[in-house]
Amino acid sequence: MGGTHGTETTAGPVLGPVSPEETGATGEAGGNPEAMAAVTRAVRAVLPANAVVSDRIELRTYECDGLAHYRVTPALVVLPQTTEQLAAVVRACAEHGVPFVARGSGTGLSGGALPRADGVLVVTSRMRTIHEIRPADQRAVVDPGVLNLDVTHAATPTGYYYAPDPSSQQICSIGGNLAENSGGAHCLKYGFTTNHVLGAEFVTPQGEVVQLGGLAPDAPGYDLLGAVVGSEGTLGIATRAVVKLTRLPQEVRTLLAGFASTDDAGAATSAIIGAGIVPAAIEMMDALAIEAAEAATHCDYPAGAGAVLVVELDGPAVEVEHEFAQVERTCREHGAFALRVATDATERALIWKGRKSAFAAVGRISPDYIVQDGVIPRTALPGVLRAIAELSASSGVRVANVFHAGDGNLHPLVLFDDAVEGAGKAAEEVSGAILDLCIGSGGSITGEHGVGIDKAAYMPKMFSDEDLDTMQLVRCAFDPDGIANPGKVFPTPRLCGEVPGKKRGAPHPLVAAGKAEAF
Amino acid sequence: MTTTPERSGPVPLGVPAPGAFDAHHPPSAELVSDCVHCGFCLTTCPTYTLWGEEMDSPRGRIYLMKSGLEGEPMTDSMVQHFDACLGCMACVTACPSGVQYDKLIEATRAQVERNHTRTPKDRALRTAIFALFPHKRRLRALRAYQRTGMPALVRRTGLLERFAPKLAMMASLAPPPPDKREPIPARTPAVGRRRAVVGLLTGCVQGEFFPGVNAATVRVLAAEGCDVIVPQAQGCCGALSVHNGRDEEAKRFARRTVDAFEAAGVDAVVVNAAGCGSSMKEYALLLADDPAYAQRVEAFAARVRDVSEILAELGSVAPRHPLEVSVAYHDACHLAHAQGVRAQPRALLREIPGLELREIAESAICCGSAGIWNVLNPEPARELGDRKAANIAATGASLLVTANPGCLMQVAASLQRRGARIGMAHTVEVLDASIRGLPPSALGVP
Ligand SMILES: Cc1cc2nc3c(=O)[nH]c(=O)nc-3n(C[C@H](O)[C@H](O)[C@H](O)COP(=O)(O)OP(=O)(O)OC[C@H]3O[C@@H](n4cnc5c(N)ncnc54)[C@H](O)[C@@H]3O)c2cc1C
Ligand code: SF4
Ligand code: SF4
Repeated sequence: MGGTHGTETTAGPVLGPVSPEETGATGEAGGNPEAMAAVTRAVRAVLPANAVVSDRIELRTYECDGLAHYRVTPALVVLPQTTEQLAAVVRACAEHGVPFVARGSGTGLSGGALPRADGVLVVTSRMRTIHEIRPADQRAVVDPGVLNLDVTHAATPTGYYYAPDPSSQQICSIGGNLAENSGGAHCLKYGFTTNHVLGAEFVTPQGEVVQLGGLAPDAPGYDLLGAVVGSEGTLGIATRAVVKLTRLPQEVRTLLAGFASTDDAGAATSAIIGAGIVPAAIEMMDALAIEAAEAATHCDYPAGAGAVLVVELDGPAVEVEHEFAQVERTCREHGAFALRVATDATERALIWKGRKSAFAAVGRISPDYIVQDGVIPRTALPGVLRAIAELSASSGVRVANVFHAGDGNLHPLVLFDDAVEGAGKAAEEVSGAILDLCIGSGGSITGEHGVGIDKAAYMPKMFSDEDLDTMQLVRCAFDPDGIANPGKVFPTPRLCGEVPGKKRGAPHPLVAAGKAEAF
Repeated sequence: MTTTPERSGPVPLGVPAPGAFDAHHPPSAELVSDCVHCGFCLTTCPTYTLWGEEMDSPRGRIYLMKSGLEGEPMTDSMVQHFDACLGCMACVTACPSGVQYDKLIEATRAQVERNHTRTPKDRALRTAIFALFPHKRRLRALRAYQRTGMPALVRRTGLLERFAPKLAMMASLAPPPPDKREPIPARTPAVGRRRAVVGLLTGCVQGEFFPGVNAATVRVLAAEGCDVIVPQAQGCCGALSVHNGRDEEAKRFARRTVDAFEAAGVDAVVVNAAGCGSSMKEYALLLADDPAYAQRVEAFAARVRDVSEILAELGSVAPRHPLEVSVAYHDACHLAHAQGVRAQPRALLREIPGLELREIAESAICCGSAGIWNVLNPEPARELGDRKAANIAATGASLLVTANPGCLMQVAASLQRRGARIGMAHTVEVLDASIRGLPPSALGVP
């Protein structure tokens, strides 16, 4: 770590027009000594000693989340165990104008939980109590640090499960899911996190504890919960969530189909959905991704396949039976040369293991890689995949594709070796060009991994200044002082306008330096 | 940063930071860089499960190594998190990127032993353990001494105080040895047609506290057509020393073990204690720098088999008699994670007519025994043991089966605290009972 800034990019900058350093998005270490000292004192007064981390070596282990290119050493890390403790920490931050960043399990892929060098990282990994499993009401009430898969484990004996299933479900937290509006393979049929969160206890950036939504669906008034889901920690911190449980399906059938090319597999996908079937999931992997998954999990995918589809159907047995036959036929008609049907839970788990480990498994075939995340209309799939292949061929940068084919959510994995000079930069360029392809075909720059710090610079490509200003109005309503995960999501930090009693006097230093606009 | 206390010590004047490690086999930067920071290994890490903090997770420990390689000094805080690692290797199993944490932590531990000054109390405790464990005769003496009741003088010294609960536990668990100790002959011929000639490692803890396991191993191997040779020159395999960074001591034990089994001229070296097996399979790494052994040790390591592995490889010929019992099978970390042996013991148990196999929830999470970890970290070890015991009790099984003496002792203590009535046996003892047609009560099933 060199220099005064805590930021270090190890894989080449993904910075777009304005770098995080220039915008001050990650803060300056030691930039606010008195305020930090005051917050530290306040925090130590309410938290047990082992819940406050200030040792430099220990702080460094919190430098990055799942997107390890960006690293910032936080000034302080706290591990509250209760809502009261967490709210007290946030109140101390609010009182002294110190920024705070929430962190769950730190698996985010857009740098959303990247700490502030001048702020507090509030980690929820000790808030992991499952308070209630109410099968009769199809509800669970959980702490924010509870792991996604643990909700399902707790509910399964009662015949229910928690439907949103990001590939990282074994370790990502419900709070992180809520903040990222995470999706997963089965969101094609069941929807994203936002469709499964009914209520939340929420700590506002002022440190107040509020209830949003509740056990009953569709609370009257503005849908504040809707605003908070997917807000990436910029509106406050969820301290408890009421989530919907889904009945375990009577029957689940999983099919693995090998195709010669992604074109064939893409056409099969469109044909299946065109036939009116809504599979629980349709996932695609291309040859390079298959190679990685095979190396990691020995999942035994069909040899020589240019692409595989994992198609899962679930629901009442009769319906599944009928539709499954149709899916098999459709795959064959579109050139599937190998079909494997999982007959029991173990075989199904093996098929899924290959898919769910794919991102991390790419580490086996490439020293470094970027996980991209974009969405396109399903029908644009073959064209965009061909364009990605051309990009890859012309640049010499390998791209592996793993994605939720059913809803057009692409996850191209751009491979490179950081030890080779210029490789990181070339990879960044390809990665950025893929996003341009997505926008160009009427899609979006993120399907489920969020904007975080990584894609903030791309926001103006999708939204006009007016759009972005409107979004900022929401942020300012929740967080007028701009202390909740500042520097994330929006490309240029805007400062919320004069708020009575606060921030009077001299313009903010960033405004004075011409690096931010007062808003 | 005002919150971070300045590090004390001399201010470096233009020289690059020395970092935490010396030049002799530091944790490999290349292996460190295999970690993509995905966090998939956190779920089954016992210390992350207990404390929920990054620096006590595999991902965090790898990050500490990385910062050490990048120039951070070896601080007390850094060492504390390496020390807290149980070495259970659940993270190796969980990692989709194939990160070789086992190699990383072993290299790190050796560096810690060399480059970190421990507190006098910590040093004394470690010395006491290592003066005792790898030596059969001392273990035996201490045990006999323990059964006579702990003299007041000893009780007053803080050191043994801390050590005593574990001893008391060992003593309370193992069957009284002098009268019931079955001698293990140097050579036992195969029953029927000979299918292999194998050597048996009798192990120090296994040999002293669970002699019945060695006797059963010999009987089962012989029944399955093996000539079983027990080289008398063998001693400790060095597992505890390797896992605690005591490099030189480990190498001494390893050389002696290799010598003893080479001289015996066996097809396979059979081990019934998971911890010993896993470190013997890794002798090649340990003795890589020793020109006299580097070659030989490869051949040796390739011949090492857990007893369940060799039995599965051979395929059973000895008839199994029914054993009406419900079994909860506990994966010993050094078998399941370090050696990848999960299927074989289960398959062998399922072969037994009448035996019903039940899975334990959270099976990938360590019971907290982990070599001497439970002696050094009694409270968290107890927490992990209790968690494991609760999951075992929840299966409702009447017999707990596992392949490591440490696990049995650890879990037994927790089960006793819960007042759970459940028999305990090594996999091979169950096979032995079935082959000999003994009833479940012979295995202590209530
Ligand atoms: C291998 C791998 C596969 C993945 N697969 C998927 C996938 O299939 N689908 C998918 O959607 N994502 C996926 N992800 C991304 C990631 O797992 C999700 O975004 C997940 O929801 C993050 O959860 P977390 O607990 O790790 O959150 P973190 O990374 O710790 O935080 C993520 C964001 O949420 C905020 N936050 C965390 N907790 C709270 C809280 N209690 N209140 C308010 N804000 C909070 C943080 O400030 C940050 O902005 C994957 C990641 C990896 C490494
Ligand atoms: S070896 Fe076990 S305790 Fe150590 S980091 Fe890995 S999982 Fe955690
Ligand atoms: S699972 Fe492997 S790659 Fe992922 S954080 Fe753990 S060690 Fe690193």
